[in-house]
Amino acid sequence: MLTHPLVSAEAGTKMLLSGNEAVARAVWEAGCRVAAAYPGTPSTEILENVCLFKDMYSEWSVNEKVSLEVAIGASMAGSRAFCAMKHVGLNVASDALMTQTLAGVGGGLVIAVADDVGFSSSQNEQDSRFWGRFAHLPILEPADSQEAFEMTRLAFGLSEDLDAPVILRMTTRICHVKAMVTVGERHEKAVAGFKKDPDRWVMTPAAAQKRVPWMLQRDRRLKDMANRSGLNRLEQGADKRLGFITSGPAYMHVKEAFPNHPILKMGFSHPLPEREIRALAEQVEKIVVAEEVEPLVEGELKAMGLDVVIHGKDILPEFGELSPANMRGPVAKLLGETYKPPVTIPPVKVFPRPPTMCTACPHLGVFYTLSRVRNIYISGDIGCYTLGAGHPWEALDTCISMGASMGIALGLDKGRGAVDEKKGIVGVIGDSTFLHMGMQGLLDIVYNKGNVTIMLLDNRAVGMTGGQENPGSGRDIHGEEAPRVDFAKLVEALGVRPERIRRVDPYVLPDLFKTVRHEVKQNEPSVILTDQPCVLIDDYDALKPLYVEEDKCTGCANCLDVGCPAILVTKRGKEVKNNGKEVDLAWVKIETSACTGCNLCPDTCAHDAILPFTPVVAEMP
Amino acid sequence: MEADQTTNILVCGIGGQGIMTAAEVLSEAAIATGHDVKKTEVAGMAQRGGVVTSHVRFGEKVFSPVVAAGTADFILGFEAAEGMRWIPHLRPGAAALVNTLRLEPPVVSIGLFDYPEDPVMAIREAGVTCYPFDAGEAARELGNLKLVNSIMLGAVADQLPFGAEVLKKCLLDRFKVRKPKLVDINDQAFEKGRALIRAAAKVC
Repeated sequence: MLTHPLVSAEAGTKMLLSGNEAVARAVWEAGCRVAAAYPGTPSTEILENVCLFKDMYSEWSVNEKVSLEVAIGASMAGSRAFCAMKHVGLNVASDALMTQTLAGVGGGLVIAVADDVGFSSSQNEQDSRFWGRFAHLPILEPADSQEAFEMTRLAFGLSEDLDAPVILRMTTRICHVKAMVTVGERHEKAVAGFKKDPDRWVMTPAAAQKRVPWMLQRDRRLKDMANRSGLNRLEQGADKRLGFITSGPAYMHVKEAFPNHPILKMGFSHPLPEREIRALAEQVEKIVVAEEVEPLVEGELKAMGLDVVIHGKDILPEFGELSPANMRGPVAKLLGETYKPPVTIPPVKVFPRPPTMCTACPHLGVFYTLSRVRNIYISGDIGCYTLGAGHPWEALDTCISMGASMGIALGLDKGRGAVDEKKGIVGVIGDSTFLHMGMQGLLDIVYNKGNVTIMLLDNRAVGMTGGQENPGSGRDIHGEEAPRVDFAKLVEALGVRPERIRRVDPYVLPDLFKTVRHEVKQNEPSVILTDQPCVLIDDYDALKPLYVEEDKCTGCANCLDVGCPAILVTKRGKEVKNNGKEVDLAWVKIETSACTGCNLCPDTCAHDAILPFTPVVAEMP
Repeated sequence: MEADQTTNILVCGIGGQGIMTAAEVLSEAAIATGHDVKKTEVAGMAQRGGVVTSHVRFGEKVFSPVVAAGTADFILGFEAAEGMRWIPHLRPGAAALVNTLRLEPPVVSIGLFDYPEDPVMAIREAGVTCYPFDAGEAARELGNLKLVNSIMLGAVADQLPFGAEVLKKCLLDRFKVRKPKLVDINDQAFEKGRALIRAAAKVC
C-alpha cells in the first residue's frame, strides 16, 4: 500500500495543498483524535483527507448536527475533536452549537465551516461569521492554504484556553485554492478523560442559566484575545487617503489590487480587534471594508463611532466573490481617480453548458418517467437529482433545503386548494439525504396521514459530492464494509404500510411508469424504492455499449428525452403530420466510448433502432 | 515582482476531462522552478458535465488566486466551444490553444441551443490568435482517450517561462509512483502535443 503524500510528508516539507487538505493535515498534527463530517461543497475534501490518517478516528456522519455531536462527545471525553461542514450544514448543527457554547469544551473543539461564496453549488450564500456573535465564539479566517494550516493547529489550543468551540470560517477560495504549505509534525495530546460535572454537561434550564454569566465573562476574555492576537495584522502603506479592513481571501484580492494602502488583515475577526481598527482609523481618511457575503464588519465599524468615513457594500459588490477586478473601479472612484480596466475581448456567444446527470445515471429513468406522468406536483431535494429540474426533464417543482422534500410534499398535500384536488404529489429524495434529514419528514407524513408518494432513489452514495459513503452504501469512510441500512424495513418502521412500499428497477421504464402511476392514485403514503448504484462508484458494473442502427432510426427523438449525455444528434429535420402539425425530427447516434449499456434508451425507441449487445434472456413461460 | 509579472493561465473544458489534474501538473512545475503558485477552480456541480475552468497563477509572489478577464497569458482549451467561451479572459495579444474536440451537451442534443459551426474561426474572428489541434484524434491513435490530458500539457509546454522538460518530469512523476506502465505512453502523448502545437503554429 502506498502512503498518501499528505500523510507521509515529513516536517518542513513544502507541499502544494488546497485549503481543505491543509486543514486536514493540521487537524492531525494538532493531536486531534476524533473528526466527523457530512460531505458538502466546498468542505467535502477536509474529511476525505483527514481519514487518510489512520491514527485518528474519522467518520461520515448522517448529518452535520450528528457530526458536531460526535465531536462534542469526544471533546467531553477529553480528546481534541473536529468537525467540518458547509455553511448550510451549520444551520443543521446549530441546535447543538448554541448549547455547547454554554457548556464549553473538554479537549479542544474546532468546527470548520465552508461558506460557498459565489454559489458554486449551494441553495444559498450565507455568512457563517454571524455565528461568532450568535454563539459567543471566536471566528478565525484564513486567507490561503498556509494560514488555513496554521490557524487550524492554533484553533485547538485557543479552544482549550478559552473553553469554547472555535469556528474556522473558510470560503470556496480557501477550500479549493491550492498553494504552498510547509507542514510540521503531529503532537500527541494526552486524553484527560471524561470528568463528571453535571453543572456543565447537563444543560437543564437551571444549569444553563448559571452558565450565562460565565459565558459573558468569557466574552471579555475573548475580546482581549482578539485585540492581542497576532492573527490580526496592520500592514503599513504609503497612500493614507484610504485604508482597508479585510479578512479571508478578500485580503489577497485587496493586497493584489491596492498594495500601497494600509491594510488591516483580520485572521481573528470575531470579536473585532478594536485596538488595531482604531490604529488604522487614526492614520487614514477613509476606510473600505472588503468582506465576503454580508456587511457584518462594516456595520460594527459604523457603530464604533470612528472619526473616518466607512465604506463597504455601498461601493463593492453586495454578493458573490470579491476580486481585484471588481474592486479596482469602485475604489478608484472613491479616490476621485479614473480607472481604466484591462482591454478585454468581447465575449462570443456560446450555448450554456449546465451540469447534467451522468451517462447511464440511474436517476435518468426516474426523471424521464416523472416528466411523462401527468397531473403531479414534484417536491425535490438536494443532491444530483436536483438536476431533474433542468432539461430535458423539467421534473421538479420545488427544492428548498436538505430533506425538505418530505415536509414540503406534506404541506402541498394539506394546503392544496380545490383546483389541485386531483393532483398527485410526489416527493423525490436520495438515500443519503433521506438518512440526513428525510426520515423525520416521512414519519410526519405517515403520522399526519399525508397523501403523498415518496420516491427514494437509493444509489448507495452521496452522489453529488463525489460518491462518499453513508449508512446506505454498506461501507464506511475508509471503504471498509459497514452495516447497510435496509430502506424497505426502515420506511416500514416509520409507518408506511408494506403494501405501499414498492421496489422498482430504475432502468426498466415500463415498470417504473406503471408503479408511479399506480402509487400516486393511492390515498395513503407510499414509497417507491429504486436501487441501482451511482455510476461513479465501484459498485457500478458497465455493460457493453449500445449503438443506433442508422436505417431504423426515424428521427422521432424520443430517446433524447432521457437526457443521457451519450446520445448525440447527427441530423435534424422537420415533418408535417396529417393534421398539418409540424414536428421536429432528430436522428441520433450513441457515443460508444461513453455508453455503458444501461439499456434505458432502447425502451424509449419505438422502432428498436437502439440495439443492446447484452444477451437477450428468453421470457419466462 | 509586481502582480502583473505573474504568469496567468486559464485551463478550460468540461467536468471529467482532467482539467484540474492538468492545472495541478502546471502548478507543480512552477513550484519546481522556484515560483510561488496559486491554483483554483470551481468544483462541485461542475463535475457533472458542466463548465470547468482552472486558474493557475505563478510568479515571485502571488496574492489573488483568480485570473481576471483580460489578464490570461494564454488559455488551454480542452474542448472547442469551451476554448471559445473563455477568450475574454485573454490579455490582448495572447493566444488560445484549443483542442478541436467537440462535446455536445444535452441542451444542444435536444435542440435548445446550437453548437457553434466553427469555434476556431469564431475565436479568430474575435481577434484572438488560435492554435487548434486535435488532441482527441491523437489520443485515439495512441490507443487511449485518457491521454488527451498529457497531449494538452505537451501542447502548452513550450509556451511556459520554464522548460518543457520540467513540466514533463512533473507529469511523468505522477505515473512513476502509481502506474509505472503508463509512463512511456504518456511521454509519447506529451511529445505528440508538442508536435501538434508546432504544426498548428506553422499553419497559423
